[in-house]
Amino acid sequence: MDQISRLLAITLAAILANNFIFSQFLGICPFLGVSKKVDTAVGMGFAVTFVMGLASAITWAVYNFILVPLDLEYMQTVAFILVIASLVQFIEMFLQKSMPSLYTALGVYLPLITTNCAVLGVALLNIQEGYNFIESVVYGITGGIGFLVAIVLFASIRERLVFAEYPKSFEGFPIALVTAGLMALAFMGFSGLVIW
Amino acid sequence: MNLGKQLKEGLLTQNPVLVQMLGLCSTMAITTSIMNGLGMGVSVLIILTAANVVISAIRKIVPDKIRIAMFIVVIAGFVTCVDLLLQAFVPAIAESLGVFIPLIVVNCIILGRAEAFSYKNGVGASFFDGIFQGLGYTLVLLAMCFIRELLGAGTLAGFRIIPEQFPIGILTLPVGGFLVLGFLIAAMQWALSKSKEGK
Repeated sequence: MDQISRLLAITLAAILANNFIFSQFLGICPFLGVSKKVDTAVGMGFAVTFVMGLASAITWAVYNFILVPLDLEYMQTVAFILVIASLVQFIEMFLQKSMPSLYTALGVYLPLITTNCAVLGVALLNIQEGYNFIESVVYGITGGIGFLVAIVLFASIRERLVFAEYPKSFEGFPIALVTAGLMALAFMGFSGLVIW
Repeated sequence: MNLGKQLKEGLLTQNPVLVQMLGLCSTMAITTSIMNGLGMGVSVLIILTAANVVISAIRKIVPDKIRIAMFIVVIAGFVTCVDLLLQAFVPAIAESLGVFIPLIVVNCIILGRAEAFSYKNGVGASFFDGIFQGLGYTLVLLAMCFIRELLGAGTLAGFRIIPEQFPIGILTLPVGGFLVLGFLIAAMQWALSKSKEGK
């Protein structure tokens, strides 16, 4: 029972109160880069969720079963980025062979996930917070869902921004950042949501 | 090699943050105090310069297909060095930058410059490119820190400037990061379009 409420607390925090985009600033590059259309935003969100969940599981195992016994904890950054890069490459090959439709839908976003700081970030945070295996995986997946929620909401606002009037200097990134700032303000409302 | 042009590009016309839009995560996340900004800026400057030099030196022997993986390994090596050095000599800054020091590995500035510049240019030019682009990044960080710390917390590098009851606390929160960066980029776009009209 205790375990379940802990997992629920992690879930709520990762999706709402400590959203990866709006309160931890992880994964801003794809958030701004791939949010011009809702469809691609949804695809990117699911791809990131999947990779974050898998990467949390594998990096946790690598850290606890390989790096700790060998006293190589200081190599975690190098080890994790290699794991993530090869994981993304592997997923790409797997999808290409077995699910070509999903592969073409995700297109160029798949390899880009390697340099998404949310993925490396979740791996490092799992170790920093001392989560066990199940907590790490839950944190990875729910963090990804938080990213999905944020990017889909943001993309649907951005599609309507075309019709808005604003100074010419704000074209492109600045207006997107101001919009994201206002969304972050809204998400701040969840910060009191730490129940357990 | 044209140093003056490279310097101008790094600081203004090709500024990594304000014009190329690289490395936005760290720019918004850690710019809540001047000391944080300085620590992060100098770390990135050192890593960028070192990585640029090494990548430029090995560019002829690395096969094209695995170059990205090679870049990441080189960068991750230097990031680990800087991370350990910070933890040993300035633990306070290492503590407040937290997870964002190891995350320099996936900072797009470094990978971006490796791919766009040092993989195609000589060691000397890459060295200066690293320094100038790093300086451009540091300057933007310091500008963000200055605005957010002065108006948000009322202090500068820890010294109180504005009495405690006046600062706009929201600027030190994530919201402030998005808004201040948005306005800075807008100002940059305005200035660049003005200077183009002038010519």
